[in-house]
Amino acid sequence: MTAQEVRLCGLLLREHFGEVVEKVGTHLLRSGTQNLRTIIHETGVSLDLVKKSLCVLMQHGACVFSSGRKGPGSPTEYQVTCDRILRILRYPRYIYTAKTLYGDTGELIIEELLQRGHMTMSSTVKTVADRLTQNMEEGHSMDYNEVSAAFSKLVETHFLQRCPPMAVAQTTDKTTPGTPAAPGTPAEAVSTTTPTPESFPDCYKVPDVTLIGRGKRQLSGEDGEDQRNAKKAKLDSEVRTHGDEGIYWQVTFERFHLHFRDQAIINAVASRLDQTSSEIVRTMLRMSEVLTSPTATCTKPLSANEIFRALPTSYNIPRPILDQYLTLLVDDPMEFVGKAGESGGGMYVVNLHKALSNLARATLESVVQERFGSRSARIFRLLLRKRHLEQKQVEDFAMIPAKEAKDMLYTLLSQNLVQLQEIPKTPDYAPSRTFYLYTVNQLPTARMLLQNCYKTVANLIERRLFETKESKRLLEKSQRIEAILASLQASGAEPEQLKEVEEMITAPEKQQLDALRLHVNKLDSAENQVDETIFLLECYIDSTATTTR
Amino acid sequence: MAGKGRGVAAFTFNIEALGIGRGSMPEARVGPSPLFPNTDFKPVPLRAGEDEDYMLALKQELRGTMQRLPHNIKIQSNKADVEKYTEKYLKQRQMEDDEWTPDWNLFPKELMPQKKKPRPKAGMKTKTKKTRKDTEDMLSKLDELAKKDDGNPEKSDDETEKKTGKNENEEEEIEEEEYDDEDIEEENDYIESYFDNGEDFAADSDDNMDGEATY
Repeated sequence: MTAQEVRLCGLLLREHFGEVVEKVGTHLLRSGTQNLRTIIHETGVSLDLVKKSLCVLMQHGACVFSSGRKGPGSPTEYQVTCDRILRILRYPRYIYTAKTLYGDTGELIIEELLQRGHMTMSSTVKTVADRLTQNMEEGHSMDYNEVSAAFSKLVETHFLQRCPPMAVAQTTDKTTPGTPAAPGTPAEAVSTTTPTPESFPDCYKVPDVTLIGRGKRQLSGEDGEDQRNAKKAKLDSEVRTHGDEGIYWQVTFERFHLHFRDQAIINAVASRLDQTSSEIVRTMLRMSEVLTSPTATCTKPLSANEIFRALPTSYNIPRPILDQYLTLLVDDPMEFVGKAGESGGGMYVVNLHKALSNLARATLESVVQERFGSRSARIFRLLLRKRHLEQKQVEDFAMIPAKEAKDMLYTLLSQNLVQLQEIPKTPDYAPSRTFYLYTVNQLPTARMLLQNCYKTVANLIERRLFETKESKRLLEKSQRIEAILASLQASGAEPEQLKEVEEMITAPEKQQLDALRLHVNKLDSAENQVDETIFLLECYIDSTATTTR
Repeated sequence: MAGKGRGVAAFTFNIEALGIGRGSMPEARVGPSPLFPNTDFKPVPLRAGEDEDYMLALKQELRGTMQRLPHNIKIQSNKADVEKYTEKYLKQRQMEDDEWTPDWNLFPKELMPQKKKPRPKAGMKTKTKKTRKDTEDMLSKLDELAKKDDGNPEKSDDETEKKTGKNENEEEEIEEEEYDDEDIEEENDYIESYFDNGEDFAADSDDNMDGEATY
């Protein structure tokens, strides 16, 4: 990982888990795999805090441990994964996606799981139901069954998965009574391989048997009662066991990423062609969702007939129009859709890798355009299309006066967006007998841009911390006054009394607070939006890495 | 080869051929570029919309909640500060979340905070035995210690290492004193058997013990 990544990870850890975890986390990021004693020794953090921090990191899946790396009996070693920490940046997007797909219940399930790292199904369902009940009107409450149904649906669509069982915990897990894991699971098979969640066969299996029984019991105690009773029922049930102890669930980030990727492609098609074509691509992606492996370069071929049948009737696309749209999509230079054969009225695929590559290229182009102007972007695009060009050719093809073109080209070169390659005619590299070719390498440039994005986010966070620190006193004051107001309102104070308290914040202070809020909101939203670019670039880099391997 | 090309106009060819003509070159750059350069192009405004606003709210809420969860470890350093009256209420609100106990089946055992209760008892038994011996014969005791040292020289190394860690520990909160490391037990064994005159220390914790020995 790079310095930028470590810096960003540190900031994210500090914001979400406190400074101690930041210290331990960044130390582990910098120095790789280490055992407990070395961590304590090198960070100078006390034993208890290191232990706690490691637990927190592991709870959130940011840290893995292994023992016996240096032979049997060697101490347990810990490793922090940078990628997992950077995912914190995307948490709002995961939650929002869950909301759009599965409503408020889905949103809260994902939110709870992200906040706590991993949880058992029963405790998740309980917390979510309680939270939903609290937001409902008096006399209504959330049925546990409904929540667990939403939970199962999320598991079915692979948005949630079981945490991989620990190699050590495996044996104890099996002997625990009431664990509904399939008895046929061979314990050795998991412990020998690296514990990726996918290698665990029960990864997407809901331990439903026990929860239905429990849900019914909950229902009788809760039905038609107000939220206080729901709370009481919760207390009661805490004494009992739910039968899913030891089975923890976590959010499947990869699945969310696949969804984001598909959305990105659909949106790109919609803005390039029109809504109807995007719906066709959406249908194609949905059909091949189950069939295609996450790392495939393109989806499984689908015949035009199949696509036609799978199209929702509400779109009202007749067959000949569909054919026309498909031809149009295939002919589009962005190459989102490709033709794989003629049988069955034409076989079509979605070129996932090509689409990502084209989207990444568009991102690069727009970055150049926004930072260096449209004429520099013209040179950049020209080089992307023509691969290698001499300086003179660049000036001619771009139709920009030589002096300005040189200036732009050199600026791009100094920013590493454009590379220079020398091709000597003679082995002595004499300048007069050498071709100087300018070129753009998309992959390294995308990598560089990704690092810039990480740096940007880290700077944004830094700035936000600075802004809040500057007006810390003011924020505390407003917080205090809000607390007082709330307590006064609860005790039923006079309206003029409330007004008096409200006036404790003077007009200029209020102005300052508003300005601060505006700034913080802007910075936060910028973080969210930079993350979208980060996602696209990461996706492109990952998919290129898997295709070339 | 070495001296060639040093001079000002030492090119052996016509520079014009490369497209670098007089006056058509951009100005030479002197020194590093400024830390905050003027931006020629202003950034585009952020996207606005309902979903962006919602995600913003989610982000801020998430941050707030995560800071209140027990997963967020705070340093208890500003203890000496004067506690403000209102802070008490703020704290109450923040601490609404119960303590978090991870499932130890999933985590390595060495991270488990050691409960204090079972340990002092075990330590006590060996201690009393030793101290009884101590009163009987001091020399045999010393021999035993010497043997112990010879037997595992690494251990003594570890002990010194742990001792430094130990001193840091002492500065910490009372709540953290509940936990102890098993390694520290060894250290205490040593110290107690050496300095102890056989009195009963059942009520004392190991930490206090240690404190007495050092101060």
